[in-house]
Amino acid sequence: MNWRKHYKPVITFTGFVLFVLLSYLTGFQPGIRSGKSFISFTREMMGLLPPAFILIGLFEVWVKREIIEKHMGEESGIKGYLWAILLAGTVVGGLYVALPLCYILQKKGASLGVIFTYLNAAAICKIPMTLFELSFLGLRFTFVRYLVSLPLLTFVAFLFGKYLGESEYKIMDGS
Amino acid sequence: MASVLMKTVIINTVIPFGVVRKVMPLWIAALVMLVISFFLDRDKTFMALKRSWKTFSRMLSMFIIVLVLVSLSLSFIPPETITRVLSGKGIWFGSLIAASVGSITAMPGFVAFPLAGILAEQGIPYTVLAAFTTTLMMVGFVTFPMEQAFLGTKVAFARNISSLLIALLVSIAVGVAFGEFF
Repeated sequence: MNWRKHYKPVITFTGFVLFVLLSYLTGFQPGIRSGKSFISFTREMMGLLPPAFILIGLFEVWVKREIIEKHMGEESGIKGYLWAILLAGTVVGGLYVALPLCYILQKKGASLGVIFTYLNAAAICKIPMTLFELSFLGLRFTFVRYLVSLPLLTFVAFLFGKYLGESEYKIMDGS
Repeated sequence: MASVLMKTVIINTVIPFGVVRKVMPLWIAALVMLVISFFLDRDKTFMALKRSWKTFSRMLSMFIIVLVLVSLSLSFIPPETITRVLSGKGIWFGSLIAASVGSITAMPGFVAFPLAGILAEQGIPYTVLAAFTTTLMMVGFVTFPMEQAFLGTKVAFARNISSLLIALLVSIAVGVAFGEFF
């Protein structure tokens, strides 16, 4: 293992473990709670990540470049943006799925505007999350939020794509 | 108060249930696809699995950092603190605080929305709740390292700032729709 590259997570994790241990010894409640929530988050991630990353891998291998280029590329027009929103609404997982997917989409020829629309929409247009929102905050709230946020985030993504496209911007592989 | 207590009980039962419900179809979908792929083309399937592992292992160090940050933020700014901080502030000041809290902390949707529902019941304006939930979803201080690794510092920063502005506009629109301004 390359120590230089991995010193940040190692230091963060060791520090965190020490902090939680110390919290248990001194009875510091927030520290104890954070240890517990770390374990529960890790457990949740272990249920979510393997299938999510298997699907990402299959997507990368099976979906042809021509298809993405045609439907989400520079020439796709408004259709590409609609695909992006549809993809955002249905694909599960948070940023940890959306970001690697953006990297793959760019490699396969999707335009930057479409990619950023997907990334922005993935944060707020998930269908399961929307059902939660509906049941706790009501239809009017959800409707207004969609009505305002969806056009705005698409427009912002379009501007991002236009501005960054000029400088040959490349999304990185996340390492 | 009784109904708040009841909802808290509901939240606590919903959390594990929600996780299972969310994960099961995903496992089924992944395994079915994997089997189909295997019968269509073995080499491609192994290549896909190799890619999956590569993508994951590249992100592993980011995962650890983000998980630590999320756990810390959730335990130092627990739902009770958020309720206390947002109660009894006006619309403007309340929204400002809500947007800051929402930007700093990260919370899964199945914790955030029940909490927002409880806050709504306590009479906290919808404008404030919109600022809170929208920034919670769109702006991520604790997930910033991960965004940074994929998008670069400048773009990740610009994206978060633009998301913050969108969130503020959304909360104003919600406030108008609920008649909280006039």
